[in-house]
Amino acid sequence: MISGLIDWLTDSANWSGSDGVVARTVEHLWYSGISLFVACLIAIPLGLAIGHTGRGRFFVVNLAGAARAIPSLGLLYVMVLWLFPKLVGDSAFLVPSLIVLIVLAIPPLMAGAYAGVEGVDPAARDAAKGMGMTGGQVLAKVEVPNALPLIFSGFRSATLQVIATATLAAVAGTGGLGRFLIDGQKVRDYPQMASGALLVAVLALVVDLLLAVVQRYAVSPGLTGRGSGRPAEGGGVRRSSRRSNTPLDVEIVSSQRTVDSQHT
Amino acid sequence: MIAFDGVTKKFPDGTVAVDSLSLEAPSGKITVLVGPSGCGKTTSLRMINRMIRPTSGTITLDGKDTGRMKESELRRGIGYVIQHAGLFPHRTVLDNVSTVPRLLGMDKTETRKRSMELLERVGLDPAFAKRYPAQLSGGQQQRVGVARALAADPPVMLMDEPFSAVDPVVREQLQDQFLRLQGDLGKTIIFVTHDIDEAIKLGDQVTVLKVGGHLAQMAAPAYLLAHPVDDFVADFVGRDRGYRALSFQATPRLPLAAERTIAMGESAEGVDADWVLVVDDQNHPLGWVEPLRARGAIRTEMLHRGGTVARASGPLRGALDSALSSPSRRGVIVDDSGSLVGTVKAHEVLTAIEQADRPELADPRKPGAPAA
Repeated sequence: MISGLIDWLTDSANWSGSDGVVARTVEHLWYSGISLFVACLIAIPLGLAIGHTGRGRFFVVNLAGAARAIPSLGLLYVMVLWLFPKLVGDSAFLVPSLIVLIVLAIPPLMAGAYAGVEGVDPAARDAAKGMGMTGGQVLAKVEVPNALPLIFSGFRSATLQVIATATLAAVAGTGGLGRFLIDGQKVRDYPQMASGALLVAVLALVVDLLLAVVQRYAVSPGLTGRGSGRPAEGGGVRRSSRRSNTPLDVEIVSSQRTVDSQHT
Repeated sequence: MIAFDGVTKKFPDGTVAVDSLSLEAPSGKITVLVGPSGCGKTTSLRMINRMIRPTSGTITLDGKDTGRMKESELRRGIGYVIQHAGLFPHRTVLDNVSTVPRLLGMDKTETRKRSMELLERVGLDPAFAKRYPAQLSGGQQQRVGVARALAADPPVMLMDEPFSAVDPVVREQLQDQFLRLQGDLGKTIIFVTHDIDEAIKLGDQVTVLKVGGHLAQMAAPAYLLAHPVDDFVADFVGRDRGYRALSFQATPRLPLAAERTIAMGESAEGVDADWVLVVDDQNHPLGWVEPLRARGAIRTEMLHRGGTVARASGPLRGALDSALSSPSRRGVIVDDSGSLVGTVKAHEVLTAIEQADRPELADPRKPGAPAA
């Protein structure tokens, strides 16, 4: 089994061409990227608005819970059956898959943005307002920068989830690394299936690592404790330390695991 | 001047936090709002910069109705300091201090320069400028909070229990520094506290509020201590008010006695006195020793340090405390440079107290009668 896997992965014929690993990886990243982009456009402004105004909190909480119960594969079939007659060409295969990925990515993104803004030190928010910042300035200059660790956390969860689930797109007849799993299963080529699974996992980890690097540079050192100088000797009003571990954050991560386990 | 005219705040749940409050906070002075929790002092403060909107009544700033001003512009012209400082965790200390000038679009280099100056003024080392709030202690954060409120040089400052979240020693340092700063800057300050001692120490005018947002009494601190208007205020200003009121009475010329002194390092043996005062080469008192027990040259660790030292130009409270705390029962009095001028006994201070004028009693119908 292991030697079969190694043979498959080291066979250069499997890497090149329009159905090779390189092309499939590019397709996989393309599906994931476009889905995440659209999901961010929807979820992050909504999450920020809910966190900023405090209105609609029940919406995020229920959505995050309900999303765990969505069966990705079932949703995909529903989307295909519903949309296939309405679409033409390749989009008939692609659009239903992208919708599923977008739907999956929205809850962790929204929960991250919402929890990040809500978790901002109320005193800092009060001071910002009291110093004469407008609502938009409070959001842009204080709430978003302070929410970044949790926004990133939500984005990384969503990314892992989307990359893992983009495998399913192959079921609907599109490309991506899922092809190796589906095609391999048809001809009972287990090394090909195992390689496909491994490639998806490696891709997800590599992307997450890259995002971790971006996060490191995007988030203020004041929030991560990487600032220069000695730490305070206590007595300070330190809230940043709990920032990355709010209950919602844990929830995002655990929902990620349950979705993963549905199809791996 | 900040003036409240019949200001009422009723919250949606029906509670009346402030009930037709009218008061005036004079320009260039510190007006303290003090009272138990639920008295509406913070609500009153937050109505000035419209963080809370009054249900009825008007608040004017130098005659201008704050309700007719654009909220963000009103607030940019008012310094705002809150209990937990509320620093922005993602910004360095310097960037925190520069917030309002940058909001107002002031020049960046000029703002940096001014912010650095302010940090020094509030007693922070310039090395702190690049740190983040999480790296500072509570007291240091609060200093940054004060510097940030002063950055755009607003004529008015609102301070909501700024020193109550730090320990008593730090609190006293912050209070003293604040009074020095105010001596230089002369801002119009509204200061909220629940601590009557802080109110009396810092206020030029103290406004006592009762639960439900009723004004109980508004007066200069000395007058407030001498004339609590009712049981509530009397209870609130506390038991030691007779003694504390001495803080506001200048020390008259006291019958000072010359004191036998010895220099540090000399021997006290053979001195014919129960206690003898040890001084340094500039005649600054260091402590008392008992000649009968002190053998050999006097060393630092042999000094009795229980006695306090009072300045001749200070308030009477210091002179009395000096006499009461001295092991020899002779209170040490120094001049403004800290050099010994003589000693005084408690009964002599009491005689001076009994003979002193009590200007705060002069006109009991005038609530704001100035302190001595």
